[in-house]
Amino acid sequence: MTEEIIIAGFGGQGVLSMGKILAYSGIMQDQEVSWMPSYGPEMRGGTANVTVIISDERVSSPILNEYDTAIILNQQSMDKFEGTIKPGGTLLYDPNGITRHPERKDINIYQVTAAEKAAEMGNTKIFNMVVLGAYLKIKPIVKMENVIKGLKKSLPDRYHHLIALNEEAITMGMNSVIE
Amino acid sequence: MKELRLMKGNEAIAEAAIRAGADAYFGYPITPQSEVLEYLMSEKPHERTGMVVLQAESEIAAINMVYGGAAAGRRVMTSSSSPGISLKQEGISYLAGSQLPGLILNVTRGGPGLGTIQPSQADYFQATKGGGHGDYKLLVLAPSSVQEMADFAKLGFELAFKYRNPVMILSDGMIGQMMEKVEMFPQQARLTEEEIIKKYPWVTTGKTPDRERNIITSLILDPAEQERHNFRLQKKYKDMQENEVRFETFDCDDAEYLFVAFGSTARICQKSVQLARKKGIKVGLLRPITLFPFPSKIIEKLAHQVKGILSVEMNAGQMVEDVRLAVGGDIKVDHFGRMGGIIPMPDEIVTALKNKIIGG
Repeated sequence: MTEEIIIAGFGGQGVLSMGKILAYSGIMQDQEVSWMPSYGPEMRGGTANVTVIISDERVSSPILNEYDTAIILNQQSMDKFEGTIKPGGTLLYDPNGITRHPERKDINIYQVTAAEKAAEMGNTKIFNMVVLGAYLKIKPIVKMENVIKGLKKSLPDRYHHLIALNEEAITMGMNSVIE
Repeated sequence: MKELRLMKGNEAIAEAAIRAGADAYFGYPITPQSEVLEYLMSEKPHERTGMVVLQAESEIAAINMVYGGAAAGRRVMTSSSSPGISLKQEGISYLAGSQLPGLILNVTRGGPGLGTIQPSQADYFQATKGGGHGDYKLLVLAPSSVQEMADFAKLGFELAFKYRNPVMILSDGMIGQMMEKVEMFPQQARLTEEEIIKKYPWVTTGKTPDRERNIITSLILDPAEQERHNFRLQKKYKDMQENEVRFETFDCDDAEYLFVAFGSTARICQKSVQLARKKGIKVGLLRPITLFPFPSKIIEKLAHQVKGILSVEMNAGQMVEDVRLAVGGDIKVDHFGRMGGIIPMPDEIVTALKNKIIGG
């Protein structure tokens, strides 16, 4: 199994940390992983993206020209990455802020209203975990127990009391996927 | 149990330096390597091992602090990115001239000048051909994974002391900034002063009545003596060429074409090999791990097997010169590269192979 993912949105949406938790979850189940962020000028306030690869084999290139899955969280990223999904691949996006919906017919497209759900839960910071939940519903590549272990590894101890809330947000995401 | 962590390349080498028993790190912040200094500061290694971590007033001060620490036989490291490494060149030449061990990490970015903060491999010439003045060589290691960033910190110190020569780890913004799974080696104790004096009789830790003065200098005014000194240095570089060549091959057994690439570009080329082979192009990859000493012999050997070689680098064509020297002119050798912080994509490398080598 090799899953090549691009997660793209605005800086501050938790794109990089979502990728980190996913990568850590892969390590927890003994898989090979890579996490390659955009760290250039765009990190200073514009768009942010990260390429995450989870595989049973040694990861070759940490940067890619096509992906199995694109998780898209703003319009700029939709414009940039819709065309880079492999035929038969997966596109997951939050329609919030999207003005032009995806048009491709040869990929599987899903929506999750993550911003709305996070607001309903009273904490917009868990937005990215709602998205992660939706992704894991569509592609259960890592087990929930390993996601929790990954969360524990990537969050500093002082935030460990928030793990239950994060788990709730992931579950919310899993139950909110729209095909 | 194995200690597995998800770390950035910059963090991994910082942690590994502590564990390799480093005595000191001197540095100055610059993107994309600032996490090295940040990680070391937040880890407080003086509490863990007694290791000193200092943000110097400049890159130049930092490399000269390395000179001082190394003269006392200490395991000392500095790091920077391209423009900062240029500033260090005088100090690096002095380290080489004075036969001092020291570990220098360059997390390269696009240039020339201040350039850009994105990855580049345009410092290959500077690292391998002597960026400072005089006839000297650095032993240059090129990591292509976060794991190797960690492992080469330890290896780098070992080689630096083995040859009494500065070692450079030539990384780039991609390896520095990406996160991968790392298995950390256990903490190694720092050497005590007694152990250092016993192991390295050349160190300047204070003269004792039972021996002559130890002198660490690169200033030898007598030309005959300076030439003898240069011969000693050259002998050392020859020993490195005989004993320290390291490389890795991928899918070379049946290869009709060959990529040569180092560091992050070698990772991208592994994907290009897979893509090309799906299209029926039998291509392999040779990854030099040491850039000096350069793996010329294996390239010469593979040149008898393949029809053409593409050197893939994030620069305008630097390592390709060493590849051409190794091949000797019998087959087609060309270069493909991106510059200015642009990372070549796996598919464009395959296209370049087709256009420049197979069809060209």
